[in-house]
Amino acid sequence: MEQTQERKVKIRIENLYKVFGRNPQRAVEMLKNGKTKDEILKKSKLAVGVADASFDVYEGETVVVMGLSGSGKSTLIRCVNRLMEPTAGKIIVDDIDVTTLDQDGLRKLRRKKFGMVFQSFALFPHKTVLENVEFGLEIQGVDPEERRPKCEEALQQVGLKGWGEYYPANLSGGMKQRVGLARALAVDPDILLMDEAFSALDPLIRTDMQDELIALEERVQKTILFITHDLDEALKMGDRIVLMKDGAIVQIGTPEEILTRPADDYVSKFVENVDITKVLVASDVMKKPSPVAFVKDGPRTALRKMKEAGMSGIFVVRASNWELVGHLTAERAADAARHGDKWIDHITSADECATVPMDQPVRSIFAMVSGNPVAVVDEAGILKGVIVRGSVIAALSERGEEANV
Amino acid sequence: MFEIPKMPLAAWVDGLLDWLTAAIAPLTRAFAGFVRLGIDGIVNGLGALPPVVLMLIIGAIAWWIASRKVAIFSVAGLLFIWNLGLWGPTLSTIALVLVATFISILIGLPLGIFSGLSLPFNRAVTPVLDLMQTMPAFVYLIPAIPFFGLGPVAAAFATVIFSIPPSIRLTSLGIRQIDREMIEASDAFGTTTMQKLVKVQLPLALPTIMAGINQTIMLSLSMVVIAAMIGAGGLGGEVWRAIQRLRAGQGVEAGLAIVIIAMILDRITQNITVKKGEGKAKE
Repeated sequence: MEQTQERKVKIRIENLYKVFGRNPQRAVEMLKNGKTKDEILKKSKLAVGVADASFDVYEGETVVVMGLSGSGKSTLIRCVNRLMEPTAGKIIVDDIDVTTLDQDGLRKLRRKKFGMVFQSFALFPHKTVLENVEFGLEIQGVDPEERRPKCEEALQQVGLKGWGEYYPANLSGGMKQRVGLARALAVDPDILLMDEAFSALDPLIRTDMQDELIALEERVQKTILFITHDLDEALKMGDRIVLMKDGAIVQIGTPEEILTRPADDYVSKFVENVDITKVLVASDVMKKPSPVAFVKDGPRTALRKMKEAGMSGIFVVRASNWELVGHLTAERAADAARHGDKWIDHITSADECATVPMDQPVRSIFAMVSGNPVAVVDEAGILKGVIVRGSVIAALSERGEEANV
Repeated sequence: MFEIPKMPLAAWVDGLLDWLTAAIAPLTRAFAGFVRLGIDGIVNGLGALPPVVLMLIIGAIAWWIASRKVAIFSVAGLLFIWNLGLWGPTLSTIALVLVATFISILIGLPLGIFSGLSLPFNRAVTPVLDLMQTMPAFVYLIPAIPFFGLGPVAAAFATVIFSIPPSIRLTSLGIRQIDREMIEASDAFGTTTMQKLVKVQLPLALPTIMAGINQTIMLSLSMVVIAAMIGAGGLGGEVWRAIQRLRAGQGVEAGLAIVIIAMILDRITQNITVKKGEGKAKE
């Protein structure tokens, strides 16, 4: 979290309200006086879309706004580029207060900063795929010769090279949304607004698209505001998640914070059904790697360390930097000691040693930890931690209990 | 008991008409000039062509826009009309329909677009359109005479009034029923109002707009026949003459010719819509 604090704020939403109906300001006052959405609807026929929402989106970050239908998430995203007029509050994008812009300024901002992707794709059926992708640049008055290569490239980025001449009607749902994504990317916006972008796709294609967006995000480094009603999607896509209910924000946090420290009953009910193993990664469940044996240790030293810790095997590392060399079992150490060997490096086996990277999902580690413990290493091969079967289960049950409080 | 005097509605309307006739004289003269020019131009232009050539041209258009079946039917139908000796009246009927439709579209399309974009205007214009469509068609013949006198111009005027509502209504509807996300997509990319209209709203509304124009053409044709009573001439004139002289045979001949023209116009204009609505891949 300290890391994100240093980053530049791309979108700042301050005390945002959106109320539908006549004289919506009345509802804002009522909300400030603690009235609920339902009370206001009964009393004044005003529908509250968003109530007092405040959060920041940092540059390059993916923030997922999550909630059930009617929670105001779609309204919120539409306020950001003012497809809907906010009733009160501020939205600041790169130091510009969007809420005060005139039509001309708003148009410029939309052209420059935002690319939007829609739930039902919203492709123009009378335009070819390429013409759809070109739309943003076309209305900015960019020459066809100049915009075409850019748009071909955008199509290539989403894996639709060669489909430019087709019409949207010829494409499958997944392909249509790729076009939608390419259309948004073609204008090279700073910010992608994705309104339930993958919700209309069937599960397999959806997973593919999620993976591709994550990969794409690494390549192009966009700030993404992503709307979804699906918690699994939110946990997967979001650097941080903004959870909404009845127009108000219930909790803001990283996927893990949401899962392990739900702010209230509503959130815990939400996260109850989540398969926690999907979100936890190796570094969340690993134990401190101690004791370890060093390469220079003799077999007797290694055996003693195992005995003290009650282990039948031990990881062997280089003493200088803790680079993992391999795993040594007690049997083999005992054999070596009987033969009078001075070192253990020649009996240390790298093959028997299962290693995983820090960000490996716990789900895929389950099968590996049935026998020997698993070593968790960073990119340089430095031993960072150890996962034994017990620690996985312990971590799961511990967090599961917390989540159910 | 007192007697409630009858409201002098008829007198009021008469008075209004007298005043209008004088007040909008320049406008009516311009309208008359335009209509005469259009009708004469079309009748003379088409009349100069040998009938067979014209039939083949219409057949080709039908083939291009609709299908081979429609093309064959068109040529056969026109041959039949020519054989009945109704070629001349047919041309003047077609000319009147084309001119009236052109004026209807010219006025109706902008009104329809405006009504599609502005809800208050739509609310204001809808009852007027309802009135225009439910009023018996004959009623429009009456004001046409003081404005333009007897003849094709008066007929064109009555025809425009009668046939314009679908153009306005369906253009408005076409724009209104566009998926909200499409409009949002357009806005989100920063279109101007004009760009949104030209690049998104009109193309998406086109099938509905074309359906409206098709209806306008069909209503024009039916009104042109009725307008024979005020001297429209053409096929309607033939029917009207047959009625006055109780010549059933002649009436049926002219009536059949009208049906054939109606079907040709309908099939061709209907298919403009279908062609545009298709999403075929460009190969």
